[in-house]
Amino acid sequence: MSSRESTRKTLLVAFCLCVACSIVVSSTAVILKPYQDENRLLDRNKNILTAAGMFDADVDGNDVVAERFAEFTTRVIDLETGEWLDDAALQELEIDLSTYDQRAVINDPRYSEPVPADEDTANIKRRVNYPLVYVREENGTIDTIVLPVNGYGLWGIMYGFLALEGDANTVRGLAFYELKETPGLGAEVRNPRWMALWPGKRVYNDNGEVGLRVVKGPGSGDFQVDGLSGATLTTRGVDNLIQYWLGDTGYGPALDQLQELN
Amino acid sequence: MSSKRKVLLSPIFENNPIALQILGVCSALAVTTQLSVTLVMCVALTTVVAFSNFFISLIRHHMPSSIRIIVQMTIIASLVIAVDQTLQAFAYEISKSLSVFVGLIITNCIVMGRAEAFAMKNPPAISFLDGIGNGLGYSVVLITVASLRELFGSGSLLGYEILPLIENGGWYQANGLMLLSPSAFFIIGFLIWGLRSVKKNQVEAKEYRMAPNSSGEESVA
Repeated sequence: MSSRESTRKTLLVAFCLCVACSIVVSSTAVILKPYQDENRLLDRNKNILTAAGMFDADVDGNDVVAERFAEFTTRVIDLETGEWLDDAALQELEIDLSTYDQRAVINDPRYSEPVPADEDTANIKRRVNYPLVYVREENGTIDTIVLPVNGYGLWGIMYGFLALEGDANTVRGLAFYELKETPGLGAEVRNPRWMALWPGKRVYNDNGEVGLRVVKGPGSGDFQVDGLSGATLTTRGVDNLIQYWLGDTGYGPALDQLQELN
Repeated sequence: MSSKRKVLLSPIFENNPIALQILGVCSALAVTTQLSVTLVMCVALTTVVAFSNFFISLIRHHMPSSIRIIVQMTIIASLVIAVDQTLQAFAYEISKSLSVFVGLIITNCIVMGRAEAFAMKNPPAISFLDGIGNGLGYSVVLITVASLRELFGSGSLLGYEILPLIENGGWYQANGLMLLSPSAFFIIGFLIWGLRSVKKNQVEAKEYRMAPNSSGEESVA
């Protein structure tokens, strides 16, 4: 056989090819990263606005995002106590709002902790104790509060934003910005028609428990949202994340304080 | 037709990768609900096929046959990752709606098929043209399917309303089936039928012939 079939030649070709390909792949990834980061930030802000009912992809372009997002102030909540952290507390925790990324510190024990298995209804394993919350005020009172939420769907963790009205009890919208659900089935949680079912629903029932559920069949009343057909596990995931994040395990204590303020 | 033109243009109708070779149908079902997404997918695939053909042809004399397929896959996969990264940087919205399907170009049979069938036996320049040609052939089918699906499924083309929907106060009742994957199967089926009615030489010889019905006497015997 010719020399190109020899073991030495085979190894040499394989090695050179791997080096060449890895250089191509890693350099595209590194060079394009700043653009991708910018896009992700824009996309995140757009989803915050979508959850808050202030952005309609059919009508609005990217140019309005920065301007409308500026109406929100970014705050940090301590999930343990439900307190809103002030500047001094932020300084003590070394949280700089312009660079703090709550997704990046998910494994940093200073800012996050494992969720005990019996409490982990949303199946997220770890959670950040100091999530960023986006608040929009109108005439001195809170008009909208946007909370980051996540929970396991069918194929992976879904990340989104849940917006509540100033009463901390009425849903303004729910928007997912990152998920691995099946396109056409579970990924329909991003379909505007399904998202339109959420605004106006109530969160807490008379006993102060989370009454908001995603159910099978047409949801009735103020507390039920019709689940997606063909996407039972994704729907259950959404239901779980609502229960987890709005209950005592999540934003419950912080929202209680907000309700008392009103 | 000169050989270069033939290589470039024949995959469009004469030797279409989807309609005649029946390759790459899976992405044709998945990404054709919106024309804008389809266009990006077509550009992405054409780029990948052209360059993978080019590079594979370039090193075809050095490729040990024992790791031939792995070498081809590595080149294709690297190109796909580069394309995916570029889309995420410059067309983020569309890359989100294409989701996994850009990554799945790696397994798209057109890319692998052209590498094996053409690039391994021909010089780089002509292989590059063959890649562009097959990309165009893929694009012609996808764009046709996507135009029909978006027009009748959503009443619009590239997001611009063509048939005013009843929901928006118009007269057109959107056909929901068009937004589901099976409709792409039907449309591709009709396209292949149409193409083969015009170009009879594309009709394949029957692999099996149905035996004539047995007569009454025979069945008794």
